[in-house]
Parts: sequence; structure tokens; C-alpha cells
Amino acid sequence: MSALEEAPVAETRTPLMTLDGVSQVFDTKAGPIRAVDGINLSVNPGEVLCLVGESGSGKTTAARMAAGLARPTSGRVAFDGTDIWSMKRNDFGAFRRSVQYVHQDPYASLNPTRTIQQTITAPLLKHGVVKGSKAAAEKAVELLTKVDLTPAENFLPKYPHQLSGGQRQRVAVARALTLDPKLIIADESTSMLDVSIRISVLAMLGRLRDDLGVGFLFITHDLAIAKYFGWNGKTAVMYLGRIVEFGPTPKIINAPTHPYTRALIDAIPEPDPDLTKTKGRETLRSLEIPSLAHLPGGCSFHPRCPQFEDGLCDGVVPELVEVRSGQSAACHVVARDGAGEVRPDEPVA
Amino acid sequence: MTEATIPVTAIGTTGVSRFAGILNSLRRSPAGFIGFVIVALLILISAIGPFFTPDVAPNVKEILLPAGTSGHLLGTDNEGKDVLIQMISGGRTVIFVGFVAAAISTALAIVLGSLAAYLGGWVDSVVVTLADVFLTVPQIVLLAVLGAFFKLDSPVLLALLVGGLSWPVLTRAVRAQVFSLKEREFVEAARLLDLGTPRVVFVEILPNMASFILMNFMIGVTNAIYQLVGLYLLGLAPLTGSNWGIMLNRAWIAGAIFNDNSLAWILSPIVAIILLLLGLVMMTRSLEEILNPRLRDR
Repeated sequence: MSALEEAPVAETRTPLMTLDGVSQVFDTKAGPIRAVDGINLSVNPGEVLCLVGESGSGKTTAARMAAGLARPTSGRVAFDGTDIWSMKRNDFGAFRRSVQYVHQDPYASLNPTRTIQQTITAPLLKHGVVKGSKAAAEKAVELLTKVDLTPAENFLPKYPHQLSGGQRQRVAVARALTLDPKLIIADESTSMLDVSIRISVLAMLGRLRDDLGVGFLFITHDLAIAKYFGWNGKTAVMYLGRIVEFGPTPKIINAPTHPYTRALIDAIPEPDPDLTKTKGRETLRSLEIPSLAHLPGGCSFHPRCPQFEDGLCDGVVPELVEVRSGQSAACHVVARDGAGEVRPDEPVA
Repeated sequence: MTEATIPVTAIGTTGVSRFAGILNSLRRSPAGFIGFVIVALLILISAIGPFFTPDVAPNVKEILLPAGTSGHLLGTDNEGKDVLIQMISGGRTVIFVGFVAAAISTALAIVLGSLAAYLGGWVDSVVVTLADVFLTVPQIVLLAVLGAFFKLDSPVLLALLVGGLSWPVLTRAVRAQVFSLKEREFVEAARLLDLGTPRVVFVEILPNMASFILMNFMIGVTNAIYQLVGLYLLGLAPLTGSNWGIMLNRAWIAGAIFNDNSLAWILSPIVAIILLLLGLVMMTRSLEEILNPRLRDR
């Protein structure tokens, strides 16, 4: 995938995490399901990469492969340049500790039988980050303060069921920070929280991103959240297991080129009803999402795509190619006609 | 560092408050509390009672006295031995074998069941096959055969035998539970933190089924006691010494149910065993509250 390798990886430093032609095929009774189909992604140290897509687009599967929780059926997942599945046991442990995962559901990701203190201090003590339970408690207080759970001392003896969803998610983030990870994979980490809580958790994560220099693989179905959190980073849009558009977040949000990304952006309602009415809207030809077990031939978006051209789109799977500086899309039409300049009504910030 | 000293003192107090919490939970459920009192009383009487009772000696002048006779509250048996004194000293073996056998089978079930489910692969196949083999062997028959070849007079040996035979059912239940628990996200998080298999299995997963395990332990105690008493009643274990099972056997053999005077003799061990098992089963209700943090502080 020329565009990807040229654009973000052109720099000499090794990317923190690389997914290289990674696929995950599940064998089911209905036949093989290509949940993730040959995607290429890379995250540099301290960088934010947003992975956006609707349910079933394969973003969580991709994240699980990046975290080493699932083994890709083909392709290579590399951490600091080394294939994680050919690592020795000790190296794999080090990789495990460097990449942490914040789950979507804070009600399921904390052990109901363990207090917050036990949850936070277990990894600290196990890996010798601190010595002794007193030092561990102090470190736990420090971590809880970092995620805005104050006064932290009050939270230590609590059980998860005594906390609210937002508080639990903060505890989950604090736990992810215990071993000084280099990459945090946030899998829809804010989608189960109330809107008011969501913004403050996002702000907290943003502060960690800026203060700690942690890389983020940020998975969301909500482009607004990708815009809020990953403005300085890059965004990859996934559709049915493939990346359809990739580029710096401001360009993806303000000047999308792929018809699918454009449809996603246009689907975001405007607060002003008049604006919503006049807003240019891509009309999809179909609202039905094809089944992963029976993917349409050619471009898998073609049955829904407003720019569908017979004979062009339903033949060959489009490659992800650079259509504009730093921005690539997997679309035959855009690749042929060119992306043109940035849409005049929405200037790139 | 003033703020950091606060949690340390808070940690120190949790031990005390936890004990208070356990007492509190025990009192919350009346049935559970009654069960707890019954079991505690029976254990206490059996454990320290024998130190305060005189030895019983056969006395031909006082055979088969009815209950209520002065000096013999529950009457005497066919050798003239006081039934009450035999009752007090006869609980030790039964309770000991019951608890130790249940502890052995529960421990085996926890370790084998959880590791089989968590590790999967050949470990799982071996454990499941082994459990199936043990399940197909009829236990009482096996005990009868073993009783015929070995001298089962030591309580420890009896406990090992009963416990070593009754782990398969709970093993499969534990395995099924761990299969579901190991897919939970907090287990995944523990794996990502590289906490190590023993810790993930025994610290993260197992406490989530603590009340299930404890209830099965109690059921294990009752089953072990039934098996033990059954062995004695059938005369398959040596009838040396005296315990509730042996009393039952001797009273039965002597035809105590056909004699009005000896009704207390045969009923006493039965009532004691029923009380103990009833107490254990009732107690499990409170244990649920103690072990589930969600129910604890409600």
C-alpha cells in the first residue's frame, strides 16, 4: 500500500505499532467471515490514530489484534519493529505491558470482587514498579489523581459497584497507566458514558495524551469524538473490514474524499435546523449494510455508493491510494477524477 | 506526603470492619443465622464436650433404660452405656471426616476445574476424561470393595477416600463457570497487565465464584457425612470406637426400633446428623451475603 508507507512511515523512526496487511477471518457455518481484510496501519510514539467505522466494520477486531489479544490469520503485527507473534515469551510480556487496552464497558472491565486499590496495585506489585503495599497505595493515589478521581484516598477501599460509569472508566484508565504503557488502545472507551461525563473523560484522556506522550489507538464510531480527540493525529475510516480513507484528522473531517466518509460526515446533524436543511447531503443508494459473509464484489461500498459507476466499481477491489497530499482513499472514482481541492465551504483548520 | 498517609491508615482498618461486616451479614438472614448457631453448637459440643464427660463403660445392670431415666437422660444402649455421653463424643469423627473430605474434594475441584477451563487444550482433555472415569465408578460400591481390603479405621484415611472420590461433579461445574468468566473483560485486562496465569485464575477469576464454591463445599460436607454414615450403617467400616454412625449401626443391628425403651438410642444419632446437615444447608444463605461485596453493604 504505497500511500500509507510513503506518508506516515516516511520518517526514519520506527513506528511504535505497525499492522501490515493484517487480516482476521472467522470460520463460521455461513462460510468464512473476513472481519478485517488486509489493513495497514501504523502508530508513531505519542501519536493519535483514530479508527472510525460503524458496527461490524472490524475496528474492534483490528484493535484486539493490535493488543495481541487475537492472532491475525494473515499479516504481521509489529511492535517497535518486531513481529509480536514471533517474540520470545519475555519479549511478549514486555509488549503486553507496553500496550494497554481501555474497554468499552466499564461495568465489565473491572473485577467486581476487587477493591479499586487491589485492582490498581496488583500490576504495580507484580512487576515491581513499587516495593511494598504502602508505596503501592501511594502510587495508586497518584494514578487516581491523574485521572481526576479526587480525593483519591476515598476511592481506594471502594468496590466497582459503588462507583458511577464515568468513575469506573477513570479507574480503568488509571489501571491502564500503571505500567507506563507506550500505547493505549481505547476501544469505544467513552461510548457507554453519559454525554456530560463523556466530554470530561475525553478531556482527561487528552491531557494524558499531551502530558505523558502516550500513543493512542482511538477507536470510535463517532466522527465528532475523533475530531475532538484526534485533531492533531490521523484518522482511518473503516468499512466492512477495509480501510477506505486515511489521512490527517482535519482533512478527513473537513475535506473527505471517499463517498463513504462523506456520507458519514453528512450524517452528523447540525445544531441549527436551518443549516441541517440546507446542508448538502449525499444520498446513499441503499441503507442496508451488506453481510460480511457475502461481501459485494469489487468495491464493497458500491451497492450503496452515490457515485457508483457500472463496470468500474463492481469489478475490482479498489486500492488505498494517495488522492491528495497526505490523504488516501480506496475509491476508483476518486482515484480517476482526482479529489480536487478542499471543499470551499469548509476550510481546513 | 500527608495525603499519601491517609490510605495507609484506611487499609489498616479494613480488617476489623470486614470482621464486623461478616458478623453483620450473618445476622441479616435469620435462617442463615440459625443454621450458623446450630452448626457452631454441634461443633463446640463435639470438640470440647468429651473432656467433661465420664468414660462410658458397659454395665449389665443398666441395659436398655428408656430416655428420661435419672442419670441417663437419653437412656442406655444394649450394653448399658449412656447414650447421651456417646452422643457427645460421637460427633468428632463425623464432623471431622465431613469437613476434611469436603475440603479435599473442593480443593481438587477448584484447581483441576479452573485450570482445565483456563488453559484448555490437553490439560482440559485430561481433566475431563479423568472426571468422567471417576463419575462412572459407583462410589458406594467402590467404598465397599476398598473397605473389604483395607482397614478404614483412621478418620484421615476415610476423609481422603471420600474426598478423593467426590471431586468430579464440582470440577465440571467449576470448569463450566470458569469458561464463562475467563471471557470477561476484567480477565482480559488482567492478562494485558501480564499478571500471570496463577494470579489471573486464583485471584481474578475464582473470587467471583466464591459463594458458589462455598455452597458446594457445604453440600460436599453433607454428602461426605451421608457417605460416612452409610458406610457405618452397612457395616463396611470397622466399628471400633464410637461415633454417630457406629451408634446407628449397633442400634439397628440390635433391633432398637422394635423396642420402646431404646427409641432414644436409635433416634439420637439420626436427629444429630439431621440437625448438623440442616444447619449447614441453612448457613449457606448467609455465606452468600458475606462473599458477595454487592450484597455485603446493602
